[in-house]
Amino acid sequence: MLTDKLLMGILRAGALMAALVMLLILIFLMHESWPALSTLSIGRFMTDASWHPLEGAYNLMPMLSGTLLASAGALLLAVPLGLASAIFIVFYAPPYPAAIYKRLIELLSGIPSVVFGFWGLTTLVPLINQWHPPGASLLAGIGVLALMILPTVTLTAYTALAAVPDELLRNAAALGLSRWGMVQGVAMPAARTGIAAGIILAAARALGETMAVLMVAGNVVQYPETLFDPVRTLAANIALETAYAMGDHRAVLFVSGLLLMLLVMALSGVAGLLEKRRHA
Amino acid sequence: MNSNQHTGKPDAFTLGPLEEGPACCDPQPVVQVRNLSLLYDGKIALDKVTLDIYKGCITALIGPSGCGKTSFLSAINRLTDLIPGCRVTGEIRVNNRDIHHPDTHVQRLRRQVGMVFQKPTPFPLSIRRNLSLPLNEHGISNKTEVAAITGQVLRDVGLWDEVHDRLDASALSLSGGQQQRLCIARALALKPQILLMDEPCSALDPLASGVVEDLIRRLRGRYTIVIVTHNLAQARRIANYAAFFWVSGRAGQLIEFGRCQHIFESPSHELTAAYINGVRG
Amino acid sequence: MREMKNIHTAQVLRERAVQFLIYVAVLLISAVFIWILADLARGGIAHLSWEFLTESPRDAGRAGGIASILVSTLLILLVALLTAVPVAWTSAILLVEFVPADSPFGKTVRFSLHVLAGVPSIVFGLFGNAFFCIYLGLGFSILSGGLTLACMLLPILTSTAEAGLRAVPHAYRMSASALGMTHTAALVHLILPAAAPVLAAGLLLGIGRALAETAALLFTSGYVERMPDSLLDSGRALALHIFDLSMNVPGGDMPAYASALVLAGLLLCINITAMKFAHGLQRRKIMT
Repeated sequence: MLTDKLLMGILRAGALMAALVMLLILIFLMHESWPALSTLSIGRFMTDASWHPLEGAYNLMPMLSGTLLASAGALLLAVPLGLASAIFIVFYAPPYPAAIYKRLIELLSGIPSVVFGFWGLTTLVPLINQWHPPGASLLAGIGVLALMILPTVTLTAYTALAAVPDELLRNAAALGLSRWGMVQGVAMPAARTGIAAGIILAAARALGETMAVLMVAGNVVQYPETLFDPVRTLAANIALETAYAMGDHRAVLFVSGLLLMLLVMALSGVAGLLEKRRHA
Repeated sequence: MNSNQHTGKPDAFTLGPLEEGPACCDPQPVVQVRNLSLLYDGKIALDKVTLDIYKGCITALIGPSGCGKTSFLSAINRLTDLIPGCRVTGEIRVNNRDIHHPDTHVQRLRRQVGMVFQKPTPFPLSIRRNLSLPLNEHGISNKTEVAAITGQVLRDVGLWDEVHDRLDASALSLSGGQQQRLCIARALALKPQILLMDEPCSALDPLASGVVEDLIRRLRGRYTIVIVTHNLAQARRIANYAAFFWVSGRAGQLIEFGRCQHIFESPSHELTAAYINGVRG
Repeated sequence: MREMKNIHTAQVLRERAVQFLIYVAVLLISAVFIWILADLARGGIAHLSWEFLTESPRDAGRAGGIASILVSTLLILLVALLTAVPVAWTSAILLVEFVPADSPFGKTVRFSLHVLAGVPSIVFGLFGNAFFCIYLGLGFSILSGGLTLACMLLPILTSTAEAGLRAVPHAYRMSASALGMTHTAALVHLILPAAAPVLAAGLLLGIGRALAETAALLFTSGYVERMPDSLLDSGRALALHIFDLSMNVPGGDMPAYASALVLAGLLLCINITAMKFAHGLQRRKIMT
């Protein structure tokens, strides 16, 4: 009995620590952002003339728009491709190719973001540069991001589609539905919450991704006018400037970190709710 | 046949205006099965079945579990194509056309030969969409036409009064019996000639089961029905013909086929007699 | 009848078109994947040699190898695992074996880990910088970097361990209690061994995640590329090395390629092994 009690104590301590980490992160982000949040009005992050932190101009909007545009573009590419991949694995491929392709996607998800970034920098950027200089651009960022979130979309959609009961599909076939009729009429509607949760999760990943975008997107603080203009995302901005930032500048970077985290948390909260509804 | 008569039991549901068609006194085969064998991964599951299904009649397939009744049923609309490792030999002719002929269009065949499963499987869509999806797939997308068919088949299965004001609700919100009747309506919407039913009542409570049974009885004459059932009393009440399957070794075999009355009252084969009496006793 | 034939021709055409599109998408993705690997291999193999792995970098990494980088990476990884694994696995054991799934304590821990899993890595970097480097005074060091990574790894280690423990048949626990074993003994002798493959898979996935991480280490473990003397020295991780060579060092492409190849190869091996472990478990579960 004594060992059981001792074990219980150890376990509780461990779990408590795990739970405290999140609290600690929030506290420290708030603490570090506080100088900016208390002395600068929130409106200044939107209305300042530009992002010139050394001169006290803290407009975060160009970076926020960069983040949103890059993520939206990546989703636009990755969602159709990811869904097609999942549908291929579940409904179109013979068993062996399906297993191989799924394994490939899983491996793709394990490639580090810095390697994607490096590949983008050495291959994608020169290619885009030939087409439309300068190369390091919103488009390059979108391309690399799309590759990175593609496995998330594919694997979650795969799980959702594979969970569609066999009876439904057999019944659909018995009604003379064609394969695609079955997929889009029955399987996709049956799996829609799981698929949606996966897409939201992928969106959250895209918003928070730092290195790959940092390496290929050019990092100019501006509202991009075309796909070929360089942009800077919120996460890239933090990565570029935190090392030397002081005072208010540092605090504003923490504010942007806080903003990023809240965005991502909101998204993963929605995804979690969807998942729960799926299992209910 | 006195087994056809409505027993007059209390009926909580109103069934639609569906009229029973003419009795099938002149047997005309629509499905001809010759030497049908079914193999799963090389092992025989159904051995050389030869059998005719007559137009407008209800044919009941009876026998113990695992004797290949369901396999036989799914061979008729080639649903066996979907089962990996399943091989079918022998010949099945529907309307005198070989269903395994390369020219046979499977989807068209399945439109002609509808199927209802044991477990009600409405798609997770609205009631309306459950009916319109297969219609659209078969090229019927004119809205008025779809609406007319929807109304007609829902009345046929007696669901109209229960659901006409909530056609856009999820089909999953219906009760089990309602779901099964929706599945029957969905199959009927394609105007099939033949309806295969795999124990359509066994997953339902007795009341809902009675309603579905009444419905099947009313479909006689307009549709050719092949029904798998474990409920011998039910087979006796609704069927014109009965086929008795038995397992010998691992393989299912057709032991006896004939008029319902004949199978139940004076079976020629002693296995049939034993099975029927055994279950009765 | 002719109308019906037309409908079916249209349907067959649609079916073919969809199938074509799906196959094109799949081929495209496979091609890009192979393209990336081929690019890395082509660029990296020429520069990769035994010396590259055993020498320390010179001239900002343009010459020499990555020995000190590998040592730093390993140290950061060790710090992260030694901190995260005990915390994560004890939490998992508590959540599965001792606390009802819907108790307030279990809910809080699980919720907090769920939120933690969604935090972007750059935010972990900010936190690590503020808490470990500055507040705890560890400075830019291997220890700060490792501890920051440990926070990042907690959710994945806990959730995989939880899944593994939950997959152990409940009958084990029942029969152990019936034999009068204490809960601890049952845990040590029955449940943990049964869950070991999944724990190992989770551990490998965690290692993969840690090796791949760059953003969280940018301003916690620092940039210094020489051989670290202690855990309080700054040390540069392999992923960060690739970033620095390609972004900040003109002419650093060749060693960057070789380093990227090493990292990608390492991760592919780790992930394949992890999949094997997880796969073996699934098959065994089906068989019992």
